[in-house]
Amino acid sequence: MRYLTDRKRAEGRGAARSGTEHHWYMQASAVGLALIVPTLIYIIGRAIGSGHDAVLATFARPVPAILTGLALVVGMQHFRRGAQMAIEDYFRKSTKKTLIMLVITLSYGITATGLFALAKIVL
Amino acid sequence: MVEFALPKNSRIRTGKTWPKPAGATNVRAFRIYRWNPDDGENPRVDTYHLDMDKCGPMVLDALIKIKNEIDPTLTFRRSCREGICGSCAMNIDGINTLACIYGLDEIKGDVKIYPLPHTAVVKDLIPDLNHFYAQHASIMPWLETKTNNPAKEWKQSITDRKKLDGLYECVMCACCSTSCPSYWWNSDKYLGPAALLHAYRWIVDSRDELTGERLDELEDPFKLYRCHTIMNCTKTCPKGLNPAKAIAEIKKMMVERAI
Repeated sequence: MRYLTDRKRAEGRGAARSGTEHHWYMQASAVGLALIVPTLIYIIGRAIGSGHDAVLATFARPVPAILTGLALVVGMQHFRRGAQMAIEDYFRKSTKKTLIMLVITLSYGITATGLFALAKIVL
Repeated sequence: MVEFALPKNSRIRTGKTWPKPAGATNVRAFRIYRWNPDDGENPRVDTYHLDMDKCGPMVLDALIKIKNEIDPTLTFRRSCREGICGSCAMNIDGINTLACIYGLDEIKGDVKIYPLPHTAVVKDLIPDLNHFYAQHASIMPWLETKTNNPAKEWKQSITDRKKLDGLYECVMCACCSTSCPSYWWNSDKYLGPAALLHAYRWIVDSRDELTGERLDELEDPFKLYRCHTIMNCTKTCPKGLNPAKAIAEIKKMMVERAI
């Protein structure tokens, strides 16, 4: 029990003066992913059933490779920010901070691994 | 982790069932949340029966009849009985609304009445709205000017005045904020739909000169951006307003000034 006025509780620590960039990034990346993901699914769908060499050849072509790279970078950043927001909604204190760090690590880890694999295919 | 279950001392038990009115043929059951902070007991749901042939058409009529004729200890707020004061906001049949303008004929079966969800209860159907009002005060709900002229009336064009329609009608009943999951989990930091609708009402007012500062104060991951456009607020508003749209308009203004 803390003896704080209602006004002090409501105003908290003022405004962080941030959030707009996050909001705009989520809007813009959502539009981007709405274009990238279906195209990538189409490319992957066409490659399914082909042999190993044919799949490697498909992803070594410029358009599929660039789209895969974009999906990895934009998709994982979108995931990171979205997951962070969900964690902020439902978790508190050190659990919140730990989970956010895990999500950041996971998203960058997946991006790096994916880009490395893509580079191996392309180069 | 947020609490998804009620704490032990808030779990609801079955309460008293009051007798049916003698000789009545058109009887309806009202299951009403009861909690008294003075008796140390858990909340309970009492069941009352009313003769609908002798009851007014609105939920508030039924509550007043119960209080007057059956159980004078039943506690609830009410004042204007016409949807202007916002006092009788409560959760009726699973919907946050005003008891005075919600018709009993809109409800099928038993009438279930609870206080506004996810609020601390003062007693029975009365929620503690101190924090909600403090959040409203924090957005500075008044005209703020920097220039002294004109010294008398500040005029407003018809077009600018129309921008306030759908905003100024809010009666601060708290139905929207207490229906918002984001507000349930983060009401300590998130301002909620009602306060944000009021914030937009003053941001968009052509006579107010504090627009930039108002936007500065709202630019926060929690104060504003905890709105995930769930739109429970718009669905439940008993005045038919659209707080979600007002919040979206604030977000648009934030983006427009940033990029």
